[in-house]
Amino acid sequence: MLRYVLGRLLSAIPTLFLIITISFFLMRIAPGGPFDLERPLEAKVMENLNKIYNLDKSLWEQYLIYLKSVLSGDFGPSFFFRDFSINELFAQSLPISMQLGLGALTLALVIGGFFGVIAALRQNKGVDYSVMTAATFGVTIPNFVVAPCLTLVLGVYWGWLPVGGWGGGAFVNKILPVVTLALPQIAIVARLTRGSMIEALRSNHVRTARAYGLSGYTIVVVHALRGAILPVVTYLGPAAAALLTGSVVIETIFGIPGIGRYFVQGALNRDYTLVMGTVVVVACFVILFNLIVDLLYAVLDPRVRFD
Amino acid sequence: MSTVNENTVLEIENLKVDFETNTGTVNAVKGINIHVDKGETVAIVGESGSGKSQTMMAAMGLLASNGRTSGSVKYEGNNILGLSSRKLNKIRGAKITMIFQEPMTSLDPLYTIERQLCEPMVEHGEYTWASARKRAVELLELVGIPEPARKVKAYPYEMSGGQRQRVMIAMALANDPDILIADEPTTALDVTTQAQILDLMADLQKRLGMAVVFITHDLGIVERISDRVYVMRRGEVVEEGNTKEIFGNPQHEYTRMLLDAEPTGRKDLVPDTKPLVLDATDVRVEFETENGFLMPKHVLRAVNDISLKVREGQTLGIVGESGSGKSTLGRAVLQLLPSKGRVVYMGKDISGATRRAMRPLRKEMQLIFQDPFGSLSPRLTVGQIITEGLLVHEPHLSAAERDRYACQALEEVSMDPSMRNRYPHEFSGGQRQRIAIARTMVLKPKLVVLDEPTSALDRTIQKQVVELLRKFQDEHNLTYLFISHDLAVVRAMSDTVMVMKKGVVVEQGSAAEIFSNPQEAYTKELVEAAVLKHDEPVVA
Repeated sequence: MLRYVLGRLLSAIPTLFLIITISFFLMRIAPGGPFDLERPLEAKVMENLNKIYNLDKSLWEQYLIYLKSVLSGDFGPSFFFRDFSINELFAQSLPISMQLGLGALTLALVIGGFFGVIAALRQNKGVDYSVMTAATFGVTIPNFVVAPCLTLVLGVYWGWLPVGGWGGGAFVNKILPVVTLALPQIAIVARLTRGSMIEALRSNHVRTARAYGLSGYTIVVVHALRGAILPVVTYLGPAAAALLTGSVVIETIFGIPGIGRYFVQGALNRDYTLVMGTVVVVACFVILFNLIVDLLYAVLDPRVRFD
Repeated sequence: MSTVNENTVLEIENLKVDFETNTGTVNAVKGINIHVDKGETVAIVGESGSGKSQTMMAAMGLLASNGRTSGSVKYEGNNILGLSSRKLNKIRGAKITMIFQEPMTSLDPLYTIERQLCEPMVEHGEYTWASARKRAVELLELVGIPEPARKVKAYPYEMSGGQRQRVMIAMALANDPDILIADEPTTALDVTTQAQILDLMADLQKRLGMAVVFITHDLGIVERISDRVYVMRRGEVVEEGNTKEIFGNPQHEYTRMLLDAEPTGRKDLVPDTKPLVLDATDVRVEFETENGFLMPKHVLRAVNDISLKVREGQTLGIVGESGSGKSTLGRAVLQLLPSKGRVVYMGKDISGATRRAMRPLRKEMQLIFQDPFGSLSPRLTVGQIITEGLLVHEPHLSAAERDRYACQALEEVSMDPSMRNRYPHEFSGGQRQRIAIARTMVLKPKLVVLDEPTSALDRTIQKQVVELLRKFQDEHNLTYLFISHDLAVVRAMSDTVMVMKKGVVVEQGSAAEIFSNPQEAYTKELVEAAVLKHDEPVVA
């Protein structure tokens, strides 16, 4: 087991290397540079800046310098947020995004899973139809519509919750962003769970469980749900990586200092190191969650267990 | 005829089962009466769609959600039909237990055998987890699983089909039931495994004394194990009585037809002067399985240096259980799988021929598959399916000519040509197999490999298909490689028979020799397990 995990983590290194290399050069193909403002800087200033940030060296040299610093865990200075290093920026913002993401993920799994199971048990009855209709709304209404509506009602009209800001991580400040982030995920998880649950409830081994007079709980949770949750786990792996690395829309609407906005700001400002940093962070999350999904699979299903 | 008496444990009275479907109500069971006495074995026999399974599913409250029931099912005098699952759960799994047709999927793949054996014991309050675990080992021993203490920790996927069925039987016996319902428990198993399971069930019944309700389509099994028989057709019981009486003196014409359904007749031998169609020497097929990065590859030899000769008009029956390599051999001979050895077709060496080189020969070398449901494209009409091969092999034909060919081919397989514009899902299994045969025969092949063509069919349909295949052979002087695990069909079809086990030939000889005087132990075991009817005089 440990050997497998170590092997997987080791095999992630060439993957990461490729991702860094490709995105490094792609980023440089884009026209413009970090210091190209609407009003051009003086040539002398420009030259100095380029010197400080090693932009005067050849692309290959820059690439090697960047690789070296990444290897030592340093993502370099930000070009746009002067006086901040990428490490400092991420140290502040990543935990915030991860808190929101984890909250949303938990909600999605618990609420989505619950409604999915209920819908499957009441297939083609009223409950099923209402859950599935709600789920369709959850998927189709974009969160930049949901967020303002929720803020308006809960924050402005009723005044129960703050309309925005992080508030140093106070619980009340997290509720609206987490719920908004979670809604589409709840809907997707509910649909997935319902589908695989219906199939599981029809399977022969569940018929066996029923024929042997097992209780409803044992049939539904022990024998049907464990197998039915596998496709949901598959979906939640990449979804978790996306959720934990922040959402531009949610963070912008609620004014939350998470990592999501850096995607956009970094790209628009040609902040090379910031873009590279976010790429590496997202790649790491994707690799990590794919590993977690595979391990969860092994825990849930003995047939895929490794030696 | 036995009637309801004080020893009756299960009494089904005027049971009706209906299913509400989009196309209307289907009456699956139309008011039947069945009773089961203490300790007896009752067989319910019928072909697919006769309602035999649904009768018992209804009794156990296991119908699909669109099923409706009426009538009564009395267990020890109390009606259990339509009880809430909470009340029914006091009986099912404890007093009445069930084993199913699909041993591969009837156990939950995610839990150990131990856990699944213990659950019903603990659920019904007779055992604690600790005592149930102990009993689970005893039960496995009882049903003849080797090393029960170790096997109890295994997962279902680590066991063979026969072993899984034994586990199901152990589960069924755990709470000392009064009635054991066995729904086609041996249909999915190889003949030798089937014989073992039947012996086990008979032995256990003798020792433990429960009543057994045996649902099956196989009259050989019925004759062998049951005291009384109910014959069902289209949701009705057409005949009932003691097994001996029914088999000795069947009253209803349907029963007579079922009894008569084993394929009969023998094939006329082909003289040695006929030309060789297929001459294969030392055919070997190997599959490599990856054991992971940098690990040595495991080589599975599915077919191990087999040689065969078939003359024009001959049928070579290839017999063996699942995994014996018989289908692989058939495909290798047709050059559909990479293989070693030499294959000569009509004097031409085709071993290792490329796809392009094989193409002109494909018309003459055809293959018919087991699964009549999976082997016809659901998106083409029957006419298109039949004539698809002509598009490749006789591209000069016009659409009208192809259509004429399709009509002719359907007529040859005794189907109405007007059906050519319908789609495969509108046909039954037997009709689909006829369509598959028509598709093959329209190309006027010389050599046809038939891979279990009758295995998915009911006996009466089987017989018709066998007769159809014989007719084609006679009329067109066809050569068949007939692959099957069903000895009755092989006996009726073949000149020579080859018995395979684990990729090698165990025994080979003329059909008459193999069946009347088998030499090898394995062949004897197969012939014995197949419960063949006594050989009748060879039909000239």
